[in-house]
Amino acid sequence: MTAPLLDVENLTVRLAQGRAARPVLHGVSLHVAQGEAVGLVGESGSGKSVTCRAALGLLPEGAAATGALRLDGDDVLTMSPARLRELRRQDVSMVFQDPRASINPLRRIGDFVTEGMRAGGVPRKDALRRAAELLESVGIREPRAALRRYPHEFSGGMLQRVMIAGALAGEPRLLLADEPTTALDVTTQAEVISILTRLQAERGMGMLFVTHDLELAAAICDRIYVMYAGRIVESQTAEGLFGRPRHPYTTGLLAATPRLESDRAPRGVPGRPLSLAEAPDGCAFAARCAHALPRCGEGEPAPRDIEGAQVACLRAEELIHD
Amino acid sequence: MTAVPVHRRGLLAPLARIARSDKLVTAALALLALLIAAAALAPLITQHDPDAVDLSATLSGSTPEHLLGADQSGRDVLSRLIYGARTGLLGPLMVVIVSTALGTLLGVAAAWYGGVVDSVLSRAMELVFSFPALLLAIILVAVLGTGLTAPVIAMSVAYAPYVGRLARGVALQEKARPYIQAYRVQGWSGWVICVKHLLPNIAPLILAQSAINFGYALMDLAALSFLGFGVQPPTADWGAMINEGSPSLLQGAVLPALAPGVAIVVTVVAFSVVGESIADRVARREQR
Amino acid sequence: MAGLLLRRAGGIAVTLLVTSFLVFGSVHLAPGDPASFLLGGRSASPAAVAAIKEQYHLNDPFLVQYAKWIGGVVTGDFGKSAQFRQDVAGLVMARLPTTLWLIGYAALLIVIGGLAFGAVAALRRGVVDRLVLVGTGIATATPSFVAAIGLISLFSVQLGWFPAFGNGSGLGDRVHHLTLPAAALALTFVGLLARVTRTAMLEELGREHVEVARSRGVPGSDVVRRHVLRNALGPISTVTGTVVAGLLVATSIVETAFGLSGVGQLLVSSVTVKDFPVVQAVSLLVVLAFVTANLVVDLLHPLIDPRLTRPKGGTA
Repeated sequence: MTAPLLDVENLTVRLAQGRAARPVLHGVSLHVAQGEAVGLVGESGSGKSVTCRAALGLLPEGAAATGALRLDGDDVLTMSPARLRELRRQDVSMVFQDPRASINPLRRIGDFVTEGMRAGGVPRKDALRRAAELLESVGIREPRAALRRYPHEFSGGMLQRVMIAGALAGEPRLLLADEPTTALDVTTQAEVISILTRLQAERGMGMLFVTHDLELAAAICDRIYVMYAGRIVESQTAEGLFGRPRHPYTTGLLAATPRLESDRAPRGVPGRPLSLAEAPDGCAFAARCAHALPRCGEGEPAPRDIEGAQVACLRAEELIHD
Repeated sequence: MTAVPVHRRGLLAPLARIARSDKLVTAALALLALLIAAAALAPLITQHDPDAVDLSATLSGSTPEHLLGADQSGRDVLSRLIYGARTGLLGPLMVVIVSTALGTLLGVAAAWYGGVVDSVLSRAMELVFSFPALLLAIILVAVLGTGLTAPVIAMSVAYAPYVGRLARGVALQEKARPYIQAYRVQGWSGWVICVKHLLPNIAPLILAQSAINFGYALMDLAALSFLGFGVQPPTADWGAMINEGSPSLLQGAVLPALAPGVAIVVTVVAFSVVGESIADRVARREQR
Repeated sequence: MAGLLLRRAGGIAVTLLVTSFLVFGSVHLAPGDPASFLLGGRSASPAAVAAIKEQYHLNDPFLVQYAKWIGGVVTGDFGKSAQFRQDVAGLVMARLPTTLWLIGYAALLIVIGGLAFGAVAALRRGVVDRLVLVGTGIATATPSFVAAIGLISLFSVQLGWFPAFGNGSGLGDRVHHLTLPAAALALTFVGLLARVTRTAMLEELGREHVEVARSRGVPGSDVVRRHVLRNALGPISTVTGTVVAGLLVATSIVETAFGLSGVGQLLVSSVTVKDFPVVQAVSLLVVLAFVTANLVVDLLHPLIDPRLTRPKGGTA
């Protein structure tokens, strides 16, 4: 296997808040290869967005990170500000959750799409021509006219397409998508997803797709990482995850998803999601886990390889069910 | 935005709680208390008659006899400063009381009745907004003559819309809350609901605005005295003292004009510190 | 857009009409015989009093007097000053340049100082921010005549850098003479605008589109200019408009403190001697400036925030 495009190794992020440093990520390792779509799934507060933003060198204010986060071998965490700006313009870009909040409402669509290119020194005329092509490729009609319009003249779905066009402007090799459809109407979600996956495949980009929706992730991703309380608890291929979930948390998430074809009512995961700061020693999920044993509270379970899946659960072998 | 309605809380209770939490606010409140005490006890604590002329002390600068020196007529600056606090605080107090009462009445009425009442009242308030407070006061002085009356009336009218706009805004928000709706459904009269339930809940914000207005009123009234439109000489007044003291500046005597100037700035700062901290607390309570 | 302008102009006309009526009416209500005010306390022959009454239409009913006055105002005739025995319009025009210079100078200081201090405080949190907060807190609590005292005693008396009195003539001399008055006039409002700018910029700094711009490799200074400052312009322009409009009346204090013969000082001296034609004219001028400034700000707002632009052919 060649070196992965994005390689996160043992990433730990602590927030310095007051005197007590609050951890938000603990020992996160993941990788995304060129052309591969990778899902990062978890409940809100599990650290998936922090992980995603860290790939752009965007850490929460006052945060300290240890570990490594390499793009093509270059560590993003130790980059100079100038190199980091270059990385953000050319190598990695991100589609944010809420396009209405993420695009400056007072500036034209053209300004948004060309902003990164202009910062990289592309002449205005060229940048605008390129922006029109990009808008066309995400399915916006009359792209030339759209460049001169303002965000409030677009629907949420259309604006998310604009956001995608803006993200593609720098021809990135890695695309980060942070819940790109959560803020949209159901009817437009599918369109945005199909545009995103089509462009990812066409351009051979690596994609890290962050979502709380396990099924959506399974539908578009090759591999999936499941996060809980700032740690990765399970990772395997999308089919594997659906067919044979290994971690009790994944099983719980799957059971909580309503299914049309099943008569069984969805079962929620009991308890409430913890943040890493609140998590006790040992397995963070133990408190909500139906299979927890006393030893689950002693020492954090290390991820182990079980038939191609990485699982951080002491009882993973015993608990293969369904 | 799930603010719990607050009932029957002492007006000074929030002040006491704020004072305990923030050193700056404690200092500001202590300073204001000191100022009020000095103004009230002026005859007891001053060494000199504020109007006593002593030409031998003219522009003396700081001496043990006259701590802040004496002005061009040889009157003791410190004594005049302490006596000046009386008009300096009394004028703004009247302005704040009248403008707060008037503004709250107009604002709550506009919010409660809505419709035509709202648009008429809002228009009227806008009209006053398009009229600078100082100009209103100057015109009224032209009509009614100099003294404290015209400026106080003018400032009360000019400041009422600021309170009115705020009261209307918060009253509208408050009126839409379920608990007010519940009282209406139960058949309480609008008057009772407004006085017993609505007012206590919007009072802290209005109190904050009024504290800030106190400072501005003090500045505006002092400006009118400075122009010679307010309290007339020889009554001690900060603005008038600055007017009387400014010619001596060129002779190098700074204290007669500077001392009342510093008094104005310090008092206004103290009032805005208190007002802003009340507003901050209300905002934080709303966020929870 | 044309319709909006027309409606706003109509609104201004109504405001001016109402305020002119109020000003004229309140002056009319002043206790005492208007003719004796106009004579300035001088004793005069009955014939002279009659002439004065004739000249100022004092024998007519109130509404007729108002109509005649407002008719004159429309043609630029504001009557004659009792104090100076001159046309009011001429008196005001002669003093307007000094006042406009002063206001312009102060407005420049306010905008530059307010934006600079506000932006620095918003972008450099910590010590700098706290210093600016303390400084602006004191500045907003310092009335112009107190600032004048401090500035005169420091820069005129102690250091001798700037004159304490006089208008000055010619550009350089005028700027030299007006520096202290403009600074005294500006101080309070620099503090106010700095606070508004700081708050508005901090609010924008916390917005998601600012982080998005950073995430796209846009240099920090461009992010501040295009996203933070740009989006904070709404509240900044509103406050600037109100402040600059208010300068025309605030200037009366500064002109008095520095002995400048401008419109504000004319207003003060006219009130003192109850020279009502001048008071009425200057008051109208002040209100006109106020509503015009508000109109300019309102017209600027759609340019600042495109969301406020009415869709073409839309109603209302």
